[in-house]
Amino acid sequence: MCDTCGCSDGSGAVLRKPGESDYHLHVSDGTHEHTPSHTGEEHHSSANVQEGSHNHGHGHHHHEGSSRKIVLEQDVLQKNNLLAERNRGYFEARHIFALNFLSSPGSGKTTLLEKIIPLLQQRIPVAVIEGDQQTTNDADRIHALGVPVIQINTGSGCHLDALMVNRAVKELDLQDNSLLCIENVGNLVCPALFDLGEALKVVIISVTEGDDKPMKYPTMFHEADLCILNKIDLLPYVEFDVAKCRENAMRVNHHLEWFEVSAKTGEGLAVWLEWLKKRLLHH
Amino acid sequence: MHEMSIAISIVEAVETKAREEGAARVSGVDLLVGKLAGIEPESLKFCFSAAAKGTLAEEALLAIEEPEGTGECGECGMTFPVNFYYAECPGCRSLRIKIISGEEFLIQSITIEEEGE
Repeated sequence: MCDTCGCSDGSGAVLRKPGESDYHLHVSDGTHEHTPSHTGEEHHSSANVQEGSHNHGHGHHHHEGSSRKIVLEQDVLQKNNLLAERNRGYFEARHIFALNFLSSPGSGKTTLLEKIIPLLQQRIPVAVIEGDQQTTNDADRIHALGVPVIQINTGSGCHLDALMVNRAVKELDLQDNSLLCIENVGNLVCPALFDLGEALKVVIISVTEGDDKPMKYPTMFHEADLCILNKIDLLPYVEFDVAKCRENAMRVNHHLEWFEVSAKTGEGLAVWLEWLKKRLLHH
Repeated sequence: MHEMSIAISIVEAVETKAREEGAARVSGVDLLVGKLAGIEPESLKFCFSAAAKGTLAEEALLAIEEPEGTGECGECGMTFPVNFYYAECPGCRSLRIKIISGEEFLIQSITIEEEGE
C-alpha cells in the first residue's frame, strides 16, 4: 500500500512536485483500465461464465485439449517504443527539444543542469523531469532555479520509461520552442534500453570514475549521442587518462560527440553550450 | 535489473495474444535475444517465472535463442562476428563498425493449449 495516499497501488512510479507536499500522482493510475492484464481479467471472467454455461467444471484436464503454436515476431519493447514515438511526435510538433541525461549516480547530472539552466533560460524556456528512486532532492534543487520541474520517483524501478515521461509531461506546463531536460535514474545499465522519446541521449561520466567506463558499459555509450566528461577540475588529483577514455568511448560509438567540462568551475561549458544552441536553432 | 520490467511486459504481451487466440493456458514462449541486446537471458528466465505467476503463462517454458552479433565494416564492407560494440574490422582494422545483427529482442512465438471439447 502507498503510504502517502493509502491506495492499494504501492508499486510503480509516483510523480511529485517540489513545494507541493500534497501533490502525488501514481503513473499507473490513469492507464490502469487500459493495461492488457486488466482487460485480460475481464476476458477471463467472461470466459468463466461461458465455461459454466457449457457445464465445464473444474475436473477438466489440460491434456485433453490441443496445443497450437502462434507466431508473434513482436518486439519485446514494443509497448515502450510506441509510446516513446508518441512522446517524440508531441515534442517535435511543439518544437520541444528533449534531452535524456544518463550516467551513474554521482557523476554530476543535477549540478550540470543547475549550471547550464540559468545560462540557457534567457534564450529559451527550460523545463526539467527528474528521475530518482526516492526523494525530491534533485527536483528541489532545480525548483530553486525557478523553472518548471517534476520529480518521478520510480520506487524500486531502475530506469525511466516512456509511460512515466508521458504522464510527467502532462503534468508539466511545457512551452512551445523550449528545452526539456530529462534526468534519468543514476544507472549506466538499464536506462540504455528504454527510449523516452528524446531527441538526444547525453551520457555523462566524471573523472573520479574509471577511464574504461565506456568499455565496461558499452550499451549505454553505444546508444548515446553525446558524451560529457565532467569534473575535469579534479584531473590533477586523480588517475584518469582523458585521451584513453575518449578513445574507449569512440571505439564503442564512433558517432559520439565528446565534451570535457567542469560543472563546478564552469570550464568547458561554453563550448558545449555553443554546440547545444546550434542544435536548438536547427531543431 | 531491467529484466524484471521486461519480463512483465513479455508476460503482458503473451497473455494478450493468448486470450485473443482463446487459449486455456500458454505452455511455451520462444524469445529471440541477440547477444548484443543488453539482456541477461538467465536473469530474464528467473524474472519471467516470477512475473508469470498467476497468469496464463504460469507454466510456460521459456526458450531463448541467442543469435550471435555480426558487424559490417564501414570502410571495407567486410562482415564478421562481433561480441562487443567496440569491435575492430579484422580486415582493415577500422573501428567504423555497424552492427547488422545481434541486437534482436523479439517474442518469436508462443505455444498455447486449448481446452478440448
